[in-house]
Amino acid sequence: MPGRMWRDKAIRVMLVGAASTSILIVLLIFLFIGKEAVPFAVKPGLGELLGKNWIPVSFQRVSFGILPLVTGTLLVTTLATLMTIPFGVCAAVYIAEVASAWEREILKPFIELLAAIPSVVLGFFGLVVVVPLVKAIFGLPSGLNALSGSILLALMAIPTVISISEDAIRSVPESYKSASLALGASKLQTLWRVTVPAALSGIIAAVMLAVGRVIGETMAVMMVTGNSRLITFSPIQPVRTMTATIAAEMGEVEFGSEHYQALFCVGIILLLATYILTRIAQRTLKKYRMA
Amino acid sequence: MFKTLKNVGGGLAIAICTLFVTTSCKPSSEKGGKDGGGEQKVTIKGSDTMVHLCGNWAEAFKEKHHGVELAVTGGGSGTGIKALINGTTDICAASRAMKETEEAKLKEKGTPPQKFVVATDGIAVVVNPANSVDTLTQEQIRKIYTGAYKSWSDVGGPDKPIVVLSRESSSGTYVFFQEHVLQKKDYRPDARLMAATSAIITAVSQDEGAIGYVGLGYAVEAGDKVKSLNVKADENSKAVAPSEATVVSGEYSIARPLLLYTGGKPEGLVKEFIDFCLSSEGQKIVAQTGYVPVGSK
Repeated sequence: MPGRMWRDKAIRVMLVGAASTSILIVLLIFLFIGKEAVPFAVKPGLGELLGKNWIPVSFQRVSFGILPLVTGTLLVTTLATLMTIPFGVCAAVYIAEVASAWEREILKPFIELLAAIPSVVLGFFGLVVVVPLVKAIFGLPSGLNALSGSILLALMAIPTVISISEDAIRSVPESYKSASLALGASKLQTLWRVTVPAALSGIIAAVMLAVGRVIGETMAVMMVTGNSRLITFSPIQPVRTMTATIAAEMGEVEFGSEHYQALFCVGIILLLATYILTRIAQRTLKKYRMA
Repeated sequence: MFKTLKNVGGGLAIAICTLFVTTSCKPSSEKGGKDGGGEQKVTIKGSDTMVHLCGNWAEAFKEKHHGVELAVTGGGSGTGIKALINGTTDICAASRAMKETEEAKLKEKGTPPQKFVVATDGIAVVVNPANSVDTLTQEQIRKIYTGAYKSWSDVGGPDKPIVVLSRESSSGTYVFFQEHVLQKKDYRPDARLMAATSAIITAVSQDEGAIGYVGLGYAVEAGDKVKSLNVKADENSKAVAPSEATVVSGEYSIARPLLLYTGGKPEGLVKEFIDFCLSSEGQKIVAQTGYVPVGSK
């Protein structure tokens, strides 16, 4: 038997190793990005990051205020979330509770397909279709703005919201619905007043995860948001997100320069934002699993 | 880990430029590898403006030297200079001169940069063909790009907002335009930064109120999609349309040299390639690609 025990142990070690790799990787990412960013806190100081202008290349005075980038990301993300929630939740409710088996067979693969479209391809679609459309509908001088970006992001987030919310809605115990119907509530009343509230924490978790993806998304937004370093909350203004800033400027910066370090600082903020969102999502998800 | 991250940035930039710019460089055929005694490889990296030009040079050079592999990539002048400093490219193509700090870094490594002026490029200021404005002075362009003018009516056009388009800050054209046209002032914050020249052409052709700047070669290639403005150096001088002739004669005021840099004196194949670029044959390719040959001044 010792041979078998050894094999069991070896396999166990392998599995533990594989499972903890991701922890190690996350820690290393924080460590190495932090290492590049820390000198910035010493030399120009973190106060520099709070400025209102992001001007990395200038003959006057370079400044690395991340406020325009943060508001850009916030604006695009908020708009995308506002578009995602009604679409995603309604679709999830329909697929989970109303749709017949064959409808579900058709709908689900298409939703999964939407989730699988590479963001660059969506970006092209955005440039060719969404941007001219936004321009025409709102009568704007240019369609390269926050709204176009958030529409694309919503397209990316909707499949996530649908899949996870659908699971949550389907796992609401049958007895809840039966009880509601037995009390004389109509199907619609049962759906909106019993089933959806019971699945609410799952739906919230779905939205949180989707927002996490939206914040970190780069290519599609970079191609259509216009990339202006404006502090604005108007959807029709061009904005630059944190991710687009890193992607567009990282290739050019001089190694170890202030600009380089500032980009790593932006990276850390982004990392923290997605980390916090994911944690909240996990918390809510846990709560709903226990219910 | 850290190195990977750095590469992601550069990789993205390259991905963008290959997405938008159709480079004319194809992988060289392998059959010529015998006579050279193993493959020799030269990498050229840098300015997006010069990707076309370097690609055409590489094609012609490969025809003469079998078994030579030339890899041409863009990413912006800054990217190329960084690559030269880090030793990941043999030749750097740049549409702006190196900064002192960059030169110092190469000197520190014992490979002082060698500069070769291989072509001249005019920068055309382009607007939508439907725009009634034909001529701007450099001062007007500067005021548009720094934010003093917000409507086309400020420069004699219709009362429409100006949509200002610029390249990304990694572009040599961005820096050149800032230095020479904006007189070192900062771009207005609502200028839309576009990842590639072709993206500027597309946006200008779609939006009536748009204004952008592109290399002369691109403006010529875009044809009727955009309108190149005549530029006056100042209020009293004559309006000049951007063209090869006016850039050569010096009448067109927004022009700059295109450069190749090497770390240390070029040797072997790298030297042969640069000599080829400067030869009459190489300069003919410059003209064919839409830029202005050097030495014709």
